[in-house]
Amino acid sequence: MPLSNRPGYLPLLLRGLLAGLAAGLLAGGFAYLAGEPHINAAIAIEEAASGGAGGEAPLVERDIQSTVGLFLATGLYGVALGGILATAYTLLRRHLRTGSDTQAALGLAAAALTGIVVVPFLKYPPNPPAVGNPDTIDQRTAAYLAVLALGLVAVWAAVLAARTQSHQWRRAAAGTAAFLVVVGIAYTLLPTFHEVPADFPATLLWDFRISSLGTQAILWTALGIGFAGLITPARQKATVTAA
Amino acid sequence: MPKAQALTTPAVSGKLLATAAGFTGLMLLLAYLVAFDQGALSQSGMYLHELMHDGRHLLGVPCH
Repeated sequence: MPLSNRPGYLPLLLRGLLAGLAAGLLAGGFAYLAGEPHINAAIAIEEAASGGAGGEAPLVERDIQSTVGLFLATGLYGVALGGILATAYTLLRRHLRTGSDTQAALGLAAAALTGIVVVPFLKYPPNPPAVGNPDTIDQRTAAYLAVLALGLVAVWAAVLAARTQSHQWRRAAAGTAAFLVVVGIAYTLLPTFHEVPADFPATLLWDFRISSLGTQAILWTALGIGFAGLITPARQKATVTAA
Repeated sequence: MPKAQALTTPAVSGKLLATAAGFTGLMLLLAYLVAFDQGALSQSGMYLHELMHDGRHLLGVPCH
């Protein structure tokens, strides 16, 4: 048996970690270009409101937070998510009803993008610095983790519901319905937080949130494509093309 | 000829599940370090928390 054909968790895991690191750094690049200007604008508003910077020196300088710190955060987050994606792929591949490894890997990444990015984003859109009440951080963190979990449950419910149907349009309808039911129940039960100050610029809030969504979307898209590419050797791609 | 799958996934065994669970725990700790830790895990006080402040905001995690 050729080496590349040997079944194993470790080879898949290493590829997931590598794809995750690359995706995290790519997302960090986008966050730096598209997100940092909005974070700086929000911090300027915060400082103007508190009457100038003043006070004690910050623990970490702003230009370190916005460069080294940013890429460290997105890189490590990417590595962690890449490891989790590779583990999910290892355990779930045989249950995914497709003959294509590429489709299986991309499908799992798309499920994660939907369940732990899009579903949480619409219930708890992220806020820039200067927005948010420190007193509710524990409740908001718990609610955020709950919506991540429920987002994954919604995707899972959609897959299970779709599999009960045989016609393609019915599969789509059943999957969509199950997804919306779970998301609807989750959004209704979870608490709502309105903490944006009335005088905070709406355009800045919008721009920040879109840049955050873009950062996470790039991370998961690049991770899915990168992982799919790394687990499919060139030899197999050539075979598929020639067939 | 059956199309060879590139990297065949291993058969699910107790050993694989234990390894996968251990590694997933490790990865969740790493994600926790970036997203939520305020020094309890990193033992660096608030340094790592403050260092990764911007990334946390842009990754959509609640902060402040």
